Amino acid sequence: MQSQLPIYPEQASNFAPQVDALMLFISGICVFFAAAVTVAIVVFFFKYRRKTPDAVGITIEEDARLEALWMIVPLILSMAMFGWGAVVYVDYRNVPQDTLDIYVIGKQWMWKAQQPNGLKEINECHVPVGRNIRLILSSEDVIHDFFVPAFRVKMDVVPGHYNTMWFRPTKPGRYHFFCSQYCGTNHALMGGWVTVMEPSDYAAWLSGSAAGNVNPVVTGEKLFAEKACSTCHVANGTGRSPSLNGVYGAQVLLADGSIVIADEAYIRESILQPNAKIVAGYQPLMPTFQGQLTEEQVFALIAYIKSLQSQPVPATGAGIAPPTGKR
Amino acid sequence: MSNTPPTLVRELPHKHYLNATYGAGLRSWLLTTDHKRIALLYLASVTVFFFIGGVLATMIRIHLLTPGGALVTPETYNKLFTMHGVAMIFFFLIPSIPAVFGNFLIPLMIGAKDLAFPKINLLSWYIYVIGGCFVLYSFGTGGLDTGWTFYTPLSSVYSNSAVTPAVLGIFINGFSSILTGLNFIVTIHTMRAPGMTWFRMPLFVWAHYATSLVMILGTPVVAITLLLAGLERMFHLGFFNPALGGDPILFQHLFWFYSHPAVYIMILPAMGVISEIIPTFARKPIFGYAFIAGSSIAIAVIGFLVWAHHMFVTGESTYAALTFSFLSYLVAIPSAVKVFNWTSTLYKGSISWDPPMIYALGFIGLFVIGGLTGLFLACLGLDIHIHDTYFVVAHFHYIMVGGAVMGYVGGLHFWWPKITGRLYPRSLSRFAAVVLFIGFNLTFFPQFILGYLGMPRRYHTYPPEFQVLNVLSTAGASILALGYLLPMSYLTWSMRYGRVAGPNPWPATGLEWKTDSPPLTENFEVTPVVTWEPYDFKNRPDLGLGTGTPSPAPAHGDD
Repeated sequence: MQSQLPIYPEQASNFAPQVDALMLFISGICVFFAAAVTVAIVVFFFKYRRKTPDAVGITIEEDARLEALWMIVPLILSMAMFGWGAVVYVDYRNVPQDTLDIYVIGKQWMWKAQQPNGLKEINECHVPVGRNIRLILSSEDVIHDFFVPAFRVKMDVVPGHYNTMWFRPTKPGRYHFFCSQYCGTNHALMGGWVTVMEPSDYAAWLSGSAAGNVNPVVTGEKLFAEKACSTCHVANGTGRSPSLNGVYGAQVLLADGSIVIADEAYIRESILQPNAKIVAGYQPLMPTFQGQLTEEQVFALIAYIKSLQSQPVPATGAGIAPPTGKR
Repeated sequence: MSNTPPTLVRELPHKHYLNATYGAGLRSWLLTTDHKRIALLYLASVTVFFFIGGVLATMIRIHLLTPGGALVTPETYNKLFTMHGVAMIFFFLIPSIPAVFGNFLIPLMIGAKDLAFPKINLLSWYIYVIGGCFVLYSFGTGGLDTGWTFYTPLSSVYSNSAVTPAVLGIFINGFSSILTGLNFIVTIHTMRAPGMTWFRMPLFVWAHYATSLVMILGTPVVAITLLLAGLERMFHLGFFNPALGGDPILFQHLFWFYSHPAVYIMILPAMGVISEIIPTFARKPIFGYAFIAGSSIAIAVIGFLVWAHHMFVTGESTYAALTFSFLSYLVAIPSAVKVFNWTSTLYKGSISWDPPMIYALGFIGLFVIGGLTGLFLACLGLDIHIHDTYFVVAHFHYIMVGGAVMGYVGGLHFWWPKITGRLYPRSLSRFAAVVLFIGFNLTFFPQFILGYLGMPRRYHTYPPEFQVLNVLSTAGASILALGYLLPMSYLTWSMRYGRVAGPNPWPATGLEWKTDSPPLTENFEVTPVVTWEPYDFKNRPDLGLGTGTPSPAPAHGDD
């Protein structure tokens, strides 16, 4: 239980104990140095107070060994802080494979979250305890930031970029999330609650609230036809553009010879700025959809393209890098 | 120059820079090329901006007394903290010590008659005033609500406030900074008096040399960055707006490339002030002169390589984050070197409890906390949680207010007798220093805890569990305000009624104390020749102190 005047927020994710331990470690070192300097100053201040108006202090010879000592000791300690901090950071950035993906959109001044089955929430986000959760973040206007103090996680939500973050909730409950990057008038109101549930409760909640929700894959498939994507991106690889079967998560060989992984950010960019990365063997024919699709529609299209991962990949016309192209 | 016994009633010199007239009244000030008068022009104008920024800060703290916000609408609150930041950073902190004390003291300290380019010096003040007018115009016509960081695309597309005049004002003001830095570098290189070698220069001058490097190399980048944001706003050119093919992260890189080193523009001169005060009032040579001088240069150089530590949660690459975190830890070392050397200087000193010393020791206390909390923010794993929270707000106020402003006020108390020729009330000013120290800590220490608890910055309303700490902070701010009003009052009073100080009241060893207070327009009647080492009280019979050997009885009795 938290006291009336807590000095750290609740620990409710896999990261929270790590971050708090790091905090204690650095605090310990810093309190020691601050106390040492303060005590020295206070002692000298009283002990060496000027005795007569014309008294002069005693000159102390400089000592290079002393200077070296107080450069090297802080250097070693700060490298320890750097190293430990780096280890924790790499953990933040290495997303595990088996994540439950939730799309989060920030816009002035609200949050929209979309569960894998298409269920949409506003300023709320439900997650099961003990599962690795990945949030895919995008913004419809300015830079926002998704911050859950109890999880010790924070990531900017940048227009034009997909940022991702992950965490594993460890304790059921309701936790504040905030927008932590100043975004205009109602920045302070742009927050909500993350609800961490037992997996069975989460499943029940998902199916119980499912009525009226369209699976994003279905929405995406409809859009794929409506926007005439299917005219060129023919599934069997005979179209003017590469087949998208199996493309998600695969390596794609580009016209300039480089290879990229087809993740969400790549697919998003290829929809909005098709000419940024051209698949080897294809012409830059595709029109841009910048400004013609909402972020939610882009999500739906990506969800549909991800669903094609299991479809048979045609022998030619797939755009996926051949195995020999692997580095 | 003789030292008259303190019992005598002194009088101001007959002729000095304040009563020398080159024209009538106001004109003699507005057309002056005397570095000392220009310094006073700056003193008056930065005080105006400090006052504006201070009033805005007061309103912020009153508003945050209750979770719902006690005073203003969300729009107004956002304008309050934005205008507070812009006024304080660009128009008070950055020019404060360099343009006031640097201008006044550098020629005096190195034995020169003026800066290398006196007319450019005056020009830089006019540029500052024009830039300031643009910004005040922005404040007066709709205000500014982008945050002082002007992040795009909020500033360049979405904000409905007067962004364009503000960025133009800061762009213009940048040239003032560049010209000041240029003037200092040329002056320090070419106009040192005979015998004033590089390693005999006061550490204040070293600090300003380092600061000038940052001003010259960094300011053009922020100027052009803000201009680009302005162009995007006015003419819809796509630099930073993704809808026009730009990248908002590019803005942050460009902005912080200057704005992180800008922190060193604020703190290095304050460190220079402290490096003067400590040996003067401990009355012994500063410990580790070369290390303190070198650490100023090291801070200026490494300070240019740490900017992306402001961007650990923007989605920048892990390798970039690792590099910038590592470099950020390196820049902490020269700051630590300074603190250890200042502290060691006190050892076996003859420590006076004069007001400037109280301010300087207060500076060290606050700067240590500000500097050490930088280690938390430089730590990658920890920064994710505390980035953009009140922890950051507390950290940079400890550096900029606890450090830079405390150094500025300490410098005012140290050189006030030189600038005005008069002393101020001793007990009252020591009391004010203690009030400042206590008020500051009460205002900003609770914010570290608020930040770790997760309160984001720039919130006009907050969950009720954060209220206790916010109330503490506001209570501290009212004490802090008293701590600033007191010196403003008694220093103003002393300009007319203060006791006449004489040329070297403390006494101190610098060349600026070898001339009258206030000095002649030409600074020195004859160009001084320097034959002594810096801060050497033992071999300076002209200071009228105890003989070359320290008075043995009390010193040894203490060992």
